[in-house]
Amino acid sequence: MLKHEQIEKSVGLLVVLTLLVVSVGGLLEIVPLFFQKSTTTPVEGTKPYDAVRLAGRDVYIREGCFLCHSQMIRPFRAETERYGHYSVAGEYVYDHPFQWGSKRTGPDLHRVGGRYSDEWQRAHLMNPRDVVPESNMPAFAFLADVKAKDSVGADIEKKMEIMRGYANARGIPTYSDEEIKGAKAAIGEKTEMDVLIAYLQGLGLALKNVK
Amino acid sequence: MSDFVSDFWNLYVIVIVVGSILACAILLIVQGKATFTPGKTMGHVWDETLEEYNNPMPKWWSWMFVITVVFALVYLALYPGLGNFKGMLGWTSVGQHKVEVDKMDAVVKPMFDKYLAMDLKAVAADKQAMEMGKRLYLTYCMQCHGADARGAKGFPNLTDGDWLYGGEPEQIKETIANGRMGVMPPHEQLGGDTIKDLANYVRSLSGLPHDSARAAKGQETFGSAGCVGCHGMDAKGMHAVGAPNLTDKVWLYGSSEAAITETITKGRQNQMPAWKEFLGDAKVHLLSAYVLSLNQGAK
Repeated sequence: MLKHEQIEKSVGLLVVLTLLVVSVGGLLEIVPLFFQKSTTTPVEGTKPYDAVRLAGRDVYIREGCFLCHSQMIRPFRAETERYGHYSVAGEYVYDHPFQWGSKRTGPDLHRVGGRYSDEWQRAHLMNPRDVVPESNMPAFAFLADVKAKDSVGADIEKKMEIMRGYANARGIPTYSDEEIKGAKAAIGEKTEMDVLIAYLQGLGLALKNVK
Repeated sequence: MSDFVSDFWNLYVIVIVVGSILACAILLIVQGKATFTPGKTMGHVWDETLEEYNNPMPKWWSWMFVITVVFALVYLALYPGLGNFKGMLGWTSVGQHKVEVDKMDAVVKPMFDKYLAMDLKAVAADKQAMEMGKRLYLTYCMQCHGADARGAKGFPNLTDGDWLYGGEPEQIKETIANGRMGVMPPHEQLGGDTIKDLANYVRSLSGLPHDSARAAKGQETFGSAGCVGCHGMDAKGMHAVGAPNLTDKVWLYGSSEAAITETITKGRQNQMPAWKEFLGDAKVHLLSAYVLSLNQGAK
C-alpha cells in the first residue's frame, strides 16, 4: 500500500494524485453535460444568430453588458411572472460563449426580444434616463457613431465559419454558404447600435409566450 | 427515457459518485485504525526546527466526514444525482416551479377571474383591482410609460386623457392586447422651405407662436400634400390609424419648430408591443382598467 511518506517525497506522484482528486468535480458535473440531449439539442424555434445579430452579440460582449444583465431566468415564480418562461439549456446551443451572467444590477435580458419597441431600445441606449428616470445604466450613445462593418462586422464571415464549425461538430443546424457570403451585405451600413438592437430583439423568442 | 445519449454516461456517473464516497469512507476507516504516538515526534526535522507530531485527527473533524458520507447517501437516495436514477422523492426544479405557481394561482386566479367577468369601468372603480393593476403596471409598463404613467418623449402619457387610438375601455384593451404600430411617413421630398411652412401651420393649430405668412402657405400644403389623409381636414387626428390630434396641447415628440420639422422630414415610427400572449386575458383586462382609472378626472 502507498505510504503517505512516498507521496510526500515524490513530487510527480503528488501532482498526479492531486489532479485526480480535484478533477472529480469537473468529471461529474461538466463532462456528462456534453452527452445529454437536453443540453445539446436546440429547442424548437432556436436558430443560429444571423450575421446582424451575431455582430450585435459581439457589441453586447465587448461593452460588458453581461456584467449587469443576466440571461438566465430561473424556475421561480417571481422570475417567470416578470420575465416569462424559465430558461432551458436547449436555448443556449448557439451561444459561444454563453451570456448567463452572474449578477443583476439591471434586469434579466433572456426574453427581452420583442418586449419593447426598437424605438424604445434606441432611446434607452442613447440615454436610459430619457425613458426610465430611475435608471442607473450608463448611456451608450457612442454606439450610434460607429458602423458595424468597421468593427464587430469586419471579420463576420470568419466568425460565422467558426460558429458553423461548432455546430457541425455537434450535428445541429447551422449557416449555409449563401448566408455566410451574404453576411457583409446583411450588415451593410448598420451602426453598432442597430446590430445590438437586432440582437436584443431576437433574444428568447423561442419560449416567449409559452406558459 | 434517459436524457443521456448513451447508457455509458449513466454508469460513468454512478461509478465516480459511489467510488468517491467509498474512497472517503475507506480513508476514514484506515485512519481510525492507524497507530499514533501522541506527544512524540515523527523523528525528522527540516528547515532547522520544524518537527512533526504523530497525533490522531481531531474527533470532531473525523465525525464531520462521517456525517458528510451519510448525508451524501441519504441525498442520493432521495434526490436525482446518481445517473438516471430520479430519486425517491421524484424532485425536479420544473416540478418545484409548478408547485409554487399552482399554489399562488389557487389564491389569485379566482380574483383575476372575478375581475375578468366584470365590466372594465366597474373594475376601474374597484379599489382592490386597482391595487393589483398598479403592481402589474409597475412590472410590465413603467419602462416605457414611466412609473408615474406620464410617459416620455415618444412614449404616450397615460394620464392626460388624450388618446392616439381611442380612450374607450375596449379600445384601450385592444391596444394593450394586440399592440399598435404607428407610422408617420417621411416627407423629405417636400423640401425644407415647404416643411417649415407646414411646421408653422401645425404650431398655429394649437395656438403656439408662429409666422402667420408661412402658416397660411402651410395650410395649403396640409391639404395638398396628403396630411389630411391621416390627420383629417380639421387636423384633429384619427384613432383608426393612430394619427394624433394636432390642435391640442399634447406633443409626443415635442412642439418646438425644430421637433415638428424633424417629425415631418424624417417621419416617425412607434410601436406598442402586443401583450395578450405573454400576459393572458385576465392581466390585460386588469391593466386596461388601471389605465382607464388613471384618466378619471383628466379632461
